[in-house]
Amino acid sequence: MTVASSSPPRHLPLADSAPRQKPKRPLGDGAIAALFIAPAMLGFAVFLLWPTLRGIWLSFTRFNLLTPPQWVGLANYERMVNDPIFWDSLKVTIEYVVINIGVQTVSALAIAVLLHRLTQSSLLRGIVLTPYLMSNVVAGIVWLWMLDTQLGIGNEIIAAIGLDRIPFLADETWAIPTIALINVWRHVGYTALLLFAGLQAIPHDMYEAARVDGASEWRMFTRITMPLLRPVLAVVLIMTVIGSFQVFDTVAVTTAGGPANATNVLQFYIYGSAFGRFQFGYASAMSVALLVVLSAITIVQYRITRAGHTDLG
Amino acid sequence: MATTALAGPRTVRPKRRRISFGRAVAWTAMGAIVLVTLLPFYWVLRTALSSNPGVAADPTSVLPVDPTGGGFERALGLQSTKEAVAQGGAGGGLDFWRYLLNSIGVSTLITVCQILFSAMAAYAFARLNWRGRNTVFALFLGGLMVPTIFTLLPNFVLVKELGLIDSLLGIALPTMFMTPFAVFFLRQFFMNIPLEVEEAALLDGAGRIRIFFRVLLPMASTPVITLAVLTYITSWNDYFWPLMVSYSDSSRVLTVALAMFRAQTPQTGFDWSGLMAATLIAALPMLLLFGVFARRIVSSISFTGLK
Repeated sequence: MTVASSSPPRHLPLADSAPRQKPKRPLGDGAIAALFIAPAMLGFAVFLLWPTLRGIWLSFTRFNLLTPPQWVGLANYERMVNDPIFWDSLKVTIEYVVINIGVQTVSALAIAVLLHRLTQSSLLRGIVLTPYLMSNVVAGIVWLWMLDTQLGIGNEIIAAIGLDRIPFLADETWAIPTIALINVWRHVGYTALLLFAGLQAIPHDMYEAARVDGASEWRMFTRITMPLLRPVLAVVLIMTVIGSFQVFDTVAVTTAGGPANATNVLQFYIYGSAFGRFQFGYASAMSVALLVVLSAITIVQYRITRAGHTDLG
Repeated sequence: MATTALAGPRTVRPKRRRISFGRAVAWTAMGAIVLVTLLPFYWVLRTALSSNPGVAADPTSVLPVDPTGGGFERALGLQSTKEAVAQGGAGGGLDFWRYLLNSIGVSTLITVCQILFSAMAAYAFARLNWRGRNTVFALFLGGLMVPTIFTLLPNFVLVKELGLIDSLLGIALPTMFMTPFAVFFLRQFFMNIPLEVEEAALLDGAGRIRIFFRVLLPMASTPVITLAVLTYITSWNDYFWPLMVSYSDSSRVLTVALAMFRAQTPQTGFDWSGLMAATLIAALPMLLLFGVFARRIVSSISFTGLK
């Protein structure tokens, strides 16, 4: 408000000297609105709406980029249902999401509560956010080095304790959990700050009152923090789960889907189908499947967690 | 329980030992979190400044082993192939200066256009009366439900049809005009500015365009800057889309180049020193950018939750 009143448009004509007699609100802002909305509308129509419709349409075609798409009906979906690699990669993706989201949500909640109840330091909040500034590619390469079997500091420590070295990213059982944790490292700070924002909204006198009543910190957490944080937690969960399903970068840089398809997550398989084997139709069908899965998960999560309702009232 | 400690006021600490114990545990946890967060950054720096034989000879040394700038020289393409190979690097030179400039170009183009156009749309949704506003807004809302990744393949086909494959514009195009998130985020802010501010300017005879650029946009500087920095970081870090679109040095951005560097494994073993130097070069600009705006961004995310 102060900004507006302190920066009056100096060289504007005064109302009485203006040629128009009616300085009142015009009937509609149609023309000017069209001007304001045009660029965004163009971007929305051309690069979001049209590709979405086209992606669905392509999933019913055979298309190799070079010759025009050819309508094949449900053939791609039939193939998908009978493709063991597709089911495998869906399984791997879900395993990744479960580990990634499970560990990340619990850690982020713990960090948020620590930042909320222990200290008001904005320096610490800045520090936990730093990994988020790195790209997935950087995070992947950094941990590829830290966890290298022969020279990585992680395995040097493991060896120093007297345990066997673990080929974290080269072993079929370790690879997915390792990639899931690398991405926890990158995203947990950001998630924690979103939850921290939710914690800020809880009235402080609730904690004061509880403390006067002699409630322990744990009791305050279960009786005040958790119930009142629920709507925020629900929205953050929906957002992070959707993000988690789209994992690609980290896999591409660290394991490239291996060893033996153990990290062949859905996006990686889709990418390979499109750009490795030029089966754009089949890749589109799998993308549609992912879209359906994500929509279903979002709706179910929204219902279960009652994300739209708050108990703060 | 010891956990009561977190809430305990500092002044009573000497009296109740359990309280200081609980705080100590909590602070230890916090310390461990900071360590896990920051240690990898130091380790990257330490490795980048070591020589490859040094890294192999003494993998646990806290300080750089056999300190050298060779890693950075290789990453920046300052070494001859012979030199690079002798120091354990790959022969094929990657020119990170060039990729750095490409990344800056793409991220700047995306950020400036996306924020401006999204803010304009947000203003139209928040403050202007026009037919079909609610319908269009509902459409945009629907756009938020489509995961970015779903549009990548069809967008690739489109960019190819436009003949923009392997160009910086081709990389920028899909996110240059808007993202539903940016529009919502800014619309929320414009709706909270009191109507009187705008009405006063209208009475003074200012047009809508003037009001938007001279009055409302300056008032929204905090959310606009936060959003701009986050958009910049996001486009800087993007890998999947540039990987699809760029094929040569002319449009290669840092993330793609870094992944290529990693894939160029020399026969003798990994060029960890050069790879870590390249990683640092790719990451440093974002750390600097964040350093400048950290306070604003951290408080913006942690108080509004960006919603």
